[in-house]
Amino acid sequence: MNPESAENTCTVIEREHAFEQIANVIDLYKGKEGSLIQVLHLSQKIFGYLPLEVQQFIANEMDIPLATVSGVVSFYSFFSTEPRGEHTIRVCMGTACYVRGGKKIVEHLQNHLGVDLGKTTPDGKFTFEIARCIGSCALAPAMTIDDTVYKQVNLNKIGRILEKY
Amino acid sequence: MVNLTINGQPITAEEGTTIIEAARRHGISIPNLCYMKDVHKIGACRLCVVEVEGARALMASCLATVSEGMVVHTNTEKLRRIRRVLFELMYSDHSEDCLSCSRNQNCEFQAMGKLLSVDSSRFEGERSSYHVDASVSVTRDMSKCILCRRCVTVCNEVQGVGALFPQHRGFDTEMAPAMEMQLGKVACTFCGQCSIVCPVGALKSTNSEHKVWAAIGDPNKVTVVQVAPAVRVALGEVFGLEPGTSVTGKMAASFRRMGFDHVFDTNFGADLTIMEEGAEFLGRVRSALNNRGAVLPMITSCSPGWVKYVEHMYPDHLAHLSTCKSPHTMLGAVVKSYYAERIGVDPKDIFVVSVMPCTAKKFEITRPEMQNGGYPNVDAVITTRELACMIKYAGIDFVNLDDEEFDNPLGMSTGAADIFGLTGGVMEAALRTVYELVTGRTLPFDGLHVTPIVGFERIKEAALKIENPLPDYSFLDGVEVRIAVTSGLAGAKILMDQLKAGNSPYHFIEVMGCPGGCIMGGGQPRSRDNDIRNKRLRGLYTEDEGKPLRKSHENPFIKSLYDEFLGEPNGHKSHELLHTSYVARGKFNQMTEQTFVADAKVIAKIKTAAAIHDQAKAAISKLRQEEAASPKVFELESENRRLKMELADALETVDILKSVFNK
Repeated sequence: MNPESAENTCTVIEREHAFEQIANVIDLYKGKEGSLIQVLHLSQKIFGYLPLEVQQFIANEMDIPLATVSGVVSFYSFFSTEPRGEHTIRVCMGTACYVRGGKKIVEHLQNHLGVDLGKTTPDGKFTFEIARCIGSCALAPAMTIDDTVYKQVNLNKIGRILEKY
Repeated sequence: MVNLTINGQPITAEEGTTIIEAARRHGISIPNLCYMKDVHKIGACRLCVVEVEGARALMASCLATVSEGMVVHTNTEKLRRIRRVLFELMYSDHSEDCLSCSRNQNCEFQAMGKLLSVDSSRFEGERSSYHVDASVSVTRDMSKCILCRRCVTVCNEVQGVGALFPQHRGFDTEMAPAMEMQLGKVACTFCGQCSIVCPVGALKSTNSEHKVWAAIGDPNKVTVVQVAPAVRVALGEVFGLEPGTSVTGKMAASFRRMGFDHVFDTNFGADLTIMEEGAEFLGRVRSALNNRGAVLPMITSCSPGWVKYVEHMYPDHLAHLSTCKSPHTMLGAVVKSYYAERIGVDPKDIFVVSVMPCTAKKFEITRPEMQNGGYPNVDAVITTRELACMIKYAGIDFVNLDDEEFDNPLGMSTGAADIFGLTGGVMEAALRTVYELVTGRTLPFDGLHVTPIVGFERIKEAALKIENPLPDYSFLDGVEVRIAVTSGLAGAKILMDQLKAGNSPYHFIEVMGCPGGCIMGGGQPRSRDNDIRNKRLRGLYTEDEGKPLRKSHENPFIKSLYDEFLGEPNGHKSHELLHTSYVARGKFNQMTEQTFVADAKVIAKIKTAAAIHDQAKAAISKLRQEEAASPKVFELESENRRLKMELADALETVDILKSVFNK
């Protein structure tokens, strides 16, 4: 499901459906200890992101405090409380990539996309983040868009890479 | 048993004992900041690390358990060096406004610095941003937090409330409610247990001292003070007296010296509560037995933290709460009606101050339900800790004061009122009166103590069979009244879940929000004495046993209050003044518009000054580092000048504020 639509164009029925699916996920994990992260992970897949109302829904259904849910959501950088773009760009800032110019790529992308780190472009296309080492140090500097890894990125390549999306 | 050596001293300890406990039992104390015996051990502060011979790394002694033949060192040069660095790292991100901090000289972090002989940090760098979140009861100032997480353990595990949890990660971590919400807007019960365990000034009760001094200093106000039972066996601790020492007389004397016009006792309100609550309970039982339908079990409503907990977590079961106001709001209502009339003063000119062992009472008096005729029943609540500060401020030699009595009529009380401050006490006090009212005989327990409900178990229960009642109560003949008592909200959850499932076997339940009752309330002096609960409990029972009258209905001034003013318990006037209603709030506070955020303007201004001071310091240290990069130096110098000017401005604001306070 298009995550952007969750915020703007999503109909009441779609929303209800999303909550129903989340309830099913919670049911699946009922009674299993330590399943909050799994539930949150799948809920983010279903809803696109984890706003307060989704966190409240999960806290209520799983009978755990809201602060605990929010604590876990805010701890892991892969969880987002704001709507996410269609695609996620992650520039690696691990040691190798940093040394080989990761920071320049971040600065360039900030200008190119016109958004700060952690934010989503106004057209809802890209969410722009950094990653701490994606394990592709030999290909530094690296970045990923969704599940695709781009190796030895330089400023000239970026335009062409983004055109694909 | 396990044999080991600590600092060359041969020691035997039970298997499973932690090193820190084994050491403590043999007179060796190991520095620590986050550890709390039996409650909280997560090894967060790392200050308790010890060297174990043959071990790969240092061990956190609050977590590591003893083993056979272990050789432990707790005070080596390596450890001293490491503790010093650990402390300096914590200190490097700790706000340095010790002078204006409420925990100054009573701060575990400060004491640790003294213990380790560290008074500054070699580390300068980024600092966490300032953030003050003041609710009407509890104030969070995260610039002081050292991330020990005691508050999280107490809030989640001991109380089962879960308002606080670590949010974010690493440098950004803060102990906070969900999604950056304010404490006053979430399902926090304001029990204040977090403020008891906080080693620093990060969590504290919201201060009301200035407000009270201002009222005392106002010639147009008639000030009335009242004090809760649990305060009298704890206040003495602050002045170096043995825990549990009763200081009732000294307290009454201090109030007069501080300048209060009328010195009353919340105990009178407690006696009054028993009259009302007892009548309400009998009324409910009568209706139930006559098939007229009544909500049972009835649950006590003296503890505002507990009441707020029910309003949040069990909004569909509010009818189980007794409609009685808490004792101090009852007394406040009587002061501003009956007593105002008696002394011929307009209620608007009366300022009622309650001294409470409780932080939630600060919230309670802001409830719109706690008003009569447009005036709040109580105008300000100060905690036991705040009272101690005010007594010191007034320059009173507390320990050497001669005992004085409370003023009559609203200062007279029976022993039943004293035990309101401990778990099981409200129930016992109610039974003393209800049983006698119904049967005409005294409660069949040794020394009037309902032994099954004395003590600190999580849930205590008892059954009392009514035989040969007076003719008026013949409908109760042969009825077995089943009661339960709990303290601490985790225990309350068990009873409420039982009730929700329709399996509650009880008729009457007493709940106190804090574990152990009001004697362990969130506004009481902090103590590291593990036996503190027992000592305070003993103190209150002794107070009770020493009184000539020990049943609420025997209080002569209660009798005359009903004769002259109220009519009868649960009558029309009582309902207007002494009873209340509750608000369904919901788990996420979503069922109401009410929030309890304090006006934090003043606090925020003072904090800005401190923040600017910090910014300036950070800029200077940055300047030092980058002295070589000369173009930047110029820029930083000008920035520094600008910040200094801002700082001067802010300090001026503080001065203005101070002069406002002094007025």
